[in-house]
Amino acid sequence: MDFLGILSSTASFILDPTTMAYALAGLGLAIHFGFAGLLNMGMAGFMALGAYGYAIGILTFGLPWYLAAFVGIGASIVFALILGIPTLRLRGDYLAIVTIAAAEIIRLLLLTAVFTDVTGSADGLTGFNGTGGTVTNPTPGAGGFNDANPIPSGEYGFEPFLDNERTWFIRIVGMLILVGATFAVWRLVNSPWGRVIKGIREDEDAVRSLGKNVFAYKMQALVIGGVLGSLGGLLLALSTNVNSSVYVTSLTFFIWTALLLGGAATVFGPLVGSVIFWTLQAFLGLVFPALAKAGLLPFSGIQAAQIRFIIVGVILVLLVIFRPQGIFGNKKELTFVK
Amino acid sequence: MNLTATTRRAMGRLSAAVGAFVLAFGVLALGAPAHADVVNPELPYKVSGNVQNEGIGVNGVLVTVTGGGGFSAEVSSDAEGKWTVGVPERNADYTVTVDESTLPDGIAVVDNPETEFVESNVQTVTVGPGGRVAMNFFIGQGERNTVSMVDQIVQRLISGLNFGLMLALASVGLSLIYGTTGISNFAHAEMVTFGAVVTFGLVGILGDSALPLAIVLAIVLSAGLGWGLDAGLWKPLRKRNTGLVQLMIVSIGLSLAIRYMYQFFIGGGTEQLPGSDAPQIALFGSVKLSVVDMVSMGLSILLIIIFGWWLTYTKIGKATRAISDNPSLAAASGIDVDGVVRVVWVIGSVLAGFSGILWAYFRPGIRWDMGGQILLLIFAATTLGGLGTAYGALIGSIIVGILVEASSLIIPSDLKYVGALVILIGILLFRPQGIFGRKERVG
Repeated sequence: MDFLGILSSTASFILDPTTMAYALAGLGLAIHFGFAGLLNMGMAGFMALGAYGYAIGILTFGLPWYLAAFVGIGASIVFALILGIPTLRLRGDYLAIVTIAAAEIIRLLLLTAVFTDVTGSADGLTGFNGTGGTVTNPTPGAGGFNDANPIPSGEYGFEPFLDNERTWFIRIVGMLILVGATFAVWRLVNSPWGRVIKGIREDEDAVRSLGKNVFAYKMQALVIGGVLGSLGGLLLALSTNVNSSVYVTSLTFFIWTALLLGGAATVFGPLVGSVIFWTLQAFLGLVFPALAKAGLLPFSGIQAAQIRFIIVGVILVLLVIFRPQGIFGNKKELTFVK
Repeated sequence: MNLTATTRRAMGRLSAAVGAFVLAFGVLALGAPAHADVVNPELPYKVSGNVQNEGIGVNGVLVTVTGGGGFSAEVSSDAEGKWTVGVPERNADYTVTVDESTLPDGIAVVDNPETEFVESNVQTVTVGPGGRVAMNFFIGQGERNTVSMVDQIVQRLISGLNFGLMLALASVGLSLIYGTTGISNFAHAEMVTFGAVVTFGLVGILGDSALPLAIVLAIVLSAGLGWGLDAGLWKPLRKRNTGLVQLMIVSIGLSLAIRYMYQFFIGGGTEQLPGSDAPQIALFGSVKLSVVDMVSMGLSILLIIIFGWWLTYTKIGKATRAISDNPSLAAASGIDVDGVVRVVWVIGSVLAGFSGILWAYFRPGIRWDMGGQILLLIFAATTLGGLGTAYGALIGSIIVGILVEASSLIIPSDLKYVGALVILIGILLFRPQGIFGRKERVG
């Protein structure tokens, strides 16, 4: 068993765009749930809008990539408003069911054969990032995200982060977005605005009695978190194809697990949680099949690869029961309002 | 004739190949178990479609697809009238021809019954940037038959009733559990799958002929699952005074863990229970039901009647309703809340497990995530009737079942769940207590 190889592959996930996308979505969810107390179970829908908005902006509307990115962000703002205006007055668990249903509606609309010309139906969309598409998916020519790469071609870095200029470009862009978003969230939650939404989380009526417009604050939180989620989706779209099979309910649950792992009511919790979650996923996904192959586990490699998802579920259960505040959370900051 | 408009309308109809993909990706859309006849599967882009006679697929119709560069391929429609051809290029036109001599005697390609467009047996389709296009042919006696439309509606209503009864078995359990414990139990989907998966496993051990025994054993084991979940997880959490939101997320984690455990054991494919290919018997008009459908509806109704009697007349049933109404008052008046909740978990699990077996026949097929596919419909049904009210869940389920089945007459069938989800959201917005719920339940 190539244990060093497994560790190296695992370590590469620390800088993987997927990890950063999860971290961004987790940051959005931290605003929704950790700070404002909104039970958003539809984060996958916000991410899908960010990714598809970007891809459709390029392929259907012919926008340059940097403008197309705003199509996804705009779509998520509209989605947050449509979702929020009627639902923010609902009780917590009702909001959870509405958001999960809304995210499923988005996914089904992206999947249906009716809009194949725009969404690519079950095949998803490819070839929108400029030069560098595959043979079967020719690119629409220069001008895409990959063509904006200022890094000269070549291999950079050191193992396990030795990669070509395209990978490094997406890593750097992702890192810039992530650092910017984290800083913005840190400033926000420590501002007067942040104190108000934390107050809403703890006791909505108390905040209302101080003359604050609770609904408006909740809506702002929903929009800001949703935009962060769509940025996560955008980052996924920059690094790979978009396909509706990614933006399923399980994605939302995985982000929840990563968030709760780090600590829902913290700024750095979602970041650290995502890194731990993804590297753990990658590690378990490699180590179990390797063990099975070496004959140390009595089942097939495909079965071995499934074990990690079972473990994720168990981790989520144990976390919520025994350490609901997460690794970095403060028990006094009640994230689970009754 | 506006060809592109025709094509676009046709694409709105069910596309068999997309149906297959939908299932392959393990997602919500129900569809039939599409095993569309596929020619040139190795080519990157797809032209696919459906040959239908009054909504029923026509088997063995020869379809020819020709295109630029001398491309030509022939395919026969499968038992459900579906066909798929891989084609080499996108952004290109292809001509799709139905060989009318391979149609059953006396019928021809006719108007799409849902649009005014005349269709001939030769059509041109454009494979766009998405790389796939659907072309459906409608076969009939040459004129629109209003009686057949009525029959089609009747067929859908009966199918929807069957689906709704199956949903009801799962929903009343979810609703009772919510009513007595306050948990929005996302793992209910896995309790549904449990019945089907265990039946499948037992049939594998005992043989096909032991199906009734396997079903009985699966239901007994479902009862055990409900008992075990309450004894091992939910009761200790009640003792810890865990918050409702925490309980909901615990159920999500539990759902993930159990779901992937099923995948671990039965793999990612679809398995069939014996009898799932039972022939359909024509009853009246164009209404056809298989024996399995009829037995399944009969058993659902029987179980629901027994359940209703239990809830209304027995001591524990009355205690259950008392706890749903006001747990503290129930406890103060001497009702053993923990005992009743245990019974509710067992009954909810039995009903869910049985509905899973029926769902395995209705889909048809057993998959590791089959319960997850209808979880939101179960929530929709429960919410529609009023969370925490068992009778409401029953009515809500039948409404949702019929709505889902009937809506595919109007909207593309890969969007038929969207209608139910929109209703779920609408109900929560305008009448969150549901049809039968009382206002004070909503905080």
